[in-house]
Amino acid sequence: MSDALTMAGRSLRLSARSPEALLTALFLPVMLMVVFVYLFGGAVDIGTKYVDYVVPGVLLLCAVTGAATTAVTVCQDLTGGIIDRFRSLGVPGTTVLAGHVTASLLRNVISTALVTAVAFGIGFRPHSSVAAFAAALGVLLLFVAAVSWLAAAFGLLVSAPEAANSAMFVLMFLSYASSAFVPIRTMPWWLRGFARNQPATPVTETIRGLLLHQPADVRLWSALAWCLGIMAVSVASCSLLYRRRTA
Amino acid sequence: MSEELAIEASGLVKSYRGVRVLAGVDLRVPRGSVFALLGPNGAGKTTTVRILSTLALADGGQARVAGCDVVRDRREVRRRISLTGQFAALDDVATGEENLRMMGRLSGLSRVAARQRAADLLGQFELTEAGRRRVGTYSGGMRRRLDLAASLVGRPSVIFLDEPSTGLDPPSRQRLWQVIADLAASGVTVFLTTQYLEEADRLAGRIAVLDAGRLVAEGTAAELKQRVAARRLDLTCPDAMAFAEVSRHFGERAVHLDPAGLTVGVATDGSTAQVRALLDEADPGRCLIADFAVRGATLDDVFLTLTGHTQEAAHV
Repeated sequence: MSDALTMAGRSLRLSARSPEALLTALFLPVMLMVVFVYLFGGAVDIGTKYVDYVVPGVLLLCAVTGAATTAVTVCQDLTGGIIDRFRSLGVPGTTVLAGHVTASLLRNVISTALVTAVAFGIGFRPHSSVAAFAAALGVLLLFVAAVSWLAAAFGLLVSAPEAANSAMFVLMFLSYASSAFVPIRTMPWWLRGFARNQPATPVTETIRGLLLHQPADVRLWSALAWCLGIMAVSVASCSLLYRRRTA
Repeated sequence: MSEELAIEASGLVKSYRGVRVLAGVDLRVPRGSVFALLGPNGAGKTTTVRILSTLALADGGQARVAGCDVVRDRREVRRRISLTGQFAALDDVATGEENLRMMGRLSGLSRVAARQRAADLLGQFELTEAGRRRVGTYSGGMRRRLDLAASLVGRPSVIFLDEPSTGLDPPSRQRLWQVIADLAASGVTVFLTTQYLEEADRLAGRIAVLDAGRLVAEGTAAELKQRVAARRLDLTCPDAMAFAEVSRHFGERAVHLDPAGLTVGVATDGSTAQVRALLDEADPGRCLIADFAVRGATLDDVFLTLTGHTQEAAHV
């Protein structure tokens, strides 16, 4: 347990001291929100205020970009010599990875707070109880944890940190092809099936439903099932890949 | 198995993807000694170190390190050894002190003890000033020293150093050698790998020569040097044509050929009579040899004799 805390502290220090990663995690989502609300938002007619519609989507995108950097840090650890030192100190691989995931969660708490604050500044007005707000945050963080483990597995799979960086683009594209930014009914027919049934959609709609008090939109079980499913598969893959990489 | 041995390995075999890297390696390293595993790139040095330090499993053979079996008592072995690899095991964005404190915490020290140990090690390795700076700003030599310090946090009794001075400039190398010599003097066992004959000669009490996964010789530096002729006569020619003629004359007997320096080396006992005879034999017309020197055999000569190729040739 003390090892886990030490590793989490280390990962946090790494995040806090790499300005590029921090900028990506904090400012990319804010910039995207501004772009969507002021540039694209005027052209999107969804019947309600677009800023209210899009903020949950931006929070999701923010989670994805923040969590994806886990792939890079994990890959860096494995390409350098430090993983051997950790192993020779008897630190299990899962503890090292859990440290990175913990740091990813804390990074995302900060970026979520920042995005939410800016969102309020540009007119976002949620209508929800404290309990619903907490539930939305809970779902979001569970999603962050799932994507972080997925990114960690990707970081173990690829051999260079540059390649690990591509995890972010794949995941970002996946979140665009969901109801995060535009309603699915506006998409071409061949994309709708995918967009409706991929994890980003139920997670966004659950967060949106909870924040805007639209219980009909909440797809809580689907969102939870996706998050827990991704997490279980990713953690299992991580321990498999870690063993393979360090054999 | 004797407790006097810090490292005892027999019949280590390892293949990676069908390629045999180690083909039966036996090692015996007495407690408190400095042992060098010498060999060219790809000889299997790193693989040997990884097996002995429990990071890789051998396909066959046994090894005991610090009194414990490297497979069955892996945890105990890890507690008693440390490994400094070819890549520095440090976080560049953390300070030297933070790196050492983290290793201290992971070795089971309390917060206070870890802080104290970090300060002690920084002092011992002359890094106290640098300890407050991020490792990313360090020179190559400082990184290597900090890396070594980090490996000592848990007070290991056997230290593995995989090519410790590779990539360092000569002054940094000298300084690192002093650090390693001091460590050895403190009673720990040091097992190092190196491609530099000079490094093995300077640091190690015993040297084993590894070539293509096999040990081709073992002994003290002096013993190894005795396996080739004790002395070498170097004949330097005035031009390329003379060099060609002299090297053709000696053929297989030439133990050293340096076309760039126009020098041919042959074995000799160093006596006046033999040197004179060799000079007459090589240059009856007194125009092919401009200069000569008699020198003690180097470990490079040993390496050539033992493996049939020079270090450089092995790199290609």
